[in-house]
Amino acid sequence: MSDGGGVIAEVFATEWARVVATVARDFGDLELAEDCAQEAFEAASGRWTTEGVPASPGGWLVTVARRRAIDVLRRDRRFEARLPALSRARERATSATPLVDDRLALLVSCCHPALAPDARVALTLKLVGGLTVAQIAQAFVVTEGAMARRLSRARGKIRRAGIRIQPPDRESLTDRIAVVRTVIYLIFTQGHTATGTAELVRGDLCDEARWLAGLLVELVPDDPENLGLAALIDLTDARRSERVDAAGRLRLLEDQDRSRWDRALIQSGLSLLARAHTHRRLGSFQLRAAVAALHSTAPSLEETDWESIVALYDTMLAEDTDPILVLNRLVARSRLDSAIEALAELEDLAAGGRLEDYPYLHSTRAELLLRSGRPGEALKWFERALELSDNPVEVAHLRHRIAAAGGGSGS
Amino acid sequence: MKYMLLLYSAENAGPEMGSPEQAAEMQAWFAYTEALVSAGALVAGDPLQGVDTATTVRVRDGETSMTDGPFAETKEMLGGYYLIDVPDLDTALDWAAKVPLAPYGSVEVRPLMELPPR
Repeated sequence: MSDGGGVIAEVFATEWARVVATVARDFGDLELAEDCAQEAFEAASGRWTTEGVPASPGGWLVTVARRRAIDVLRRDRRFEARLPALSRARERATSATPLVDDRLALLVSCCHPALAPDARVALTLKLVGGLTVAQIAQAFVVTEGAMARRLSRARGKIRRAGIRIQPPDRESLTDRIAVVRTVIYLIFTQGHTATGTAELVRGDLCDEARWLAGLLVELVPDDPENLGLAALIDLTDARRSERVDAAGRLRLLEDQDRSRWDRALIQSGLSLLARAHTHRRLGSFQLRAAVAALHSTAPSLEETDWESIVALYDTMLAEDTDPILVLNRLVARSRLDSAIEALAELEDLAAGGRLEDYPYLHSTRAELLLRSGRPGEALKWFERALELSDNPVEVAHLRHRIAAAGGGSGS
Repeated sequence: MKYMLLLYSAENAGPEMGSPEQAAEMQAWFAYTEALVSAGALVAGDPLQGVDTATTVRVRDGETSMTDGPFAETKEMLGGYYLIDVPDLDTALDWAAKVPLAPYGSVEVRPLMELPPR
């Protein structure tokens, strides 16, 4: 191929994390790794256009980034103090045996439990995903300056607190990978229901989360929960294009055209889930993916296997008392029993107070009241949900429901 | 790297004085300190006298003032410390989780700032 620019974009997508990870492991310095990877990609965009793309683009980039890092260290006043890092890097560069994938070390370091959750998300998107500060800031609805400060605080903690860029030992692998999964899922949910932004779904974040989940499966294939996470993302994301209509309005599950769901993603999710089940070790991501699978394969809302969905929530609730799971189970049950029974259960849940600020609690209550023929009361709870929603698409949807329930504030 | 493990707990959070549980905890402290020594990680470590013995000193506009008590009134109080030297944060966090008061108190892990040699 002669189109250097197109190739670079492609290589960036597949090799960025590897280049950063390798240099970070070599020199034990994240900022240096990021800067040198950046410079290597810049060098590539010049050289590859005139001289053609090298046989191993990833290897070329790592070599250039390493060379830059050594140059930077040579110019460093404290060069002697960095010598051990240099010799370690040389040893690794010339070692013939394949190394454990450095990307795992990078991923678990970005998701280190000693970092704040929002810092983990930002670092993962920046260092592993290669997103720009502006892109991450936009996705999380903060200013670029605020996101830059968040990232620099996180990098500062990694450096000054002595978080080492290394793969986790066997003992802590399971726990550390669980944190990575939470971070990836958080990125996905932020993409899937983009709070504070004008659109409901941010496809770029969903794609990024799907790529990260795939990477995690590739790096740690024997953990069924990694497969469960990847399956859950595929199965949920298959409905992406149907979640909003042409005018940008929210479309509920019952109003979606199931023939327009992404069949390829559903197939991919189902086969990931089947692979996960061969391990015979259940976990919450597999269970949630199983719920998503039942929705994806149901011909209609009425023909959905609600009994199995309720049973899956029961299994989840045996391990985890998350009130959102209780709410989801109750919604599934309301499809089996009458809305009145579900309503009584919801009132118990609401009395617990833990979901007081969760708009879906109130909108679910309103929908159940509507179904029970009590539109007057429904109105009150739709309005409560409206107060708590910060996504314009959801706000518009709630206004629409308020109008449908006979309320006046349909503006 | 050197890390300070700052050991905090509420006043009556630990086992009762003179109880068999307290005797067992003393053994746990000795064993823990011994483990740090054999791992070559211990630099220093001591329990502190209670906060009722604390005096807080401040100098403002050249004036020295002293107050009886800790610098901040909090439920959990600094009761002791370990200074350890280990390769990285993960190792320090592992040691922190093994401190005998960790099940009822809190261990704050702080890296020491490394100053250039004078």
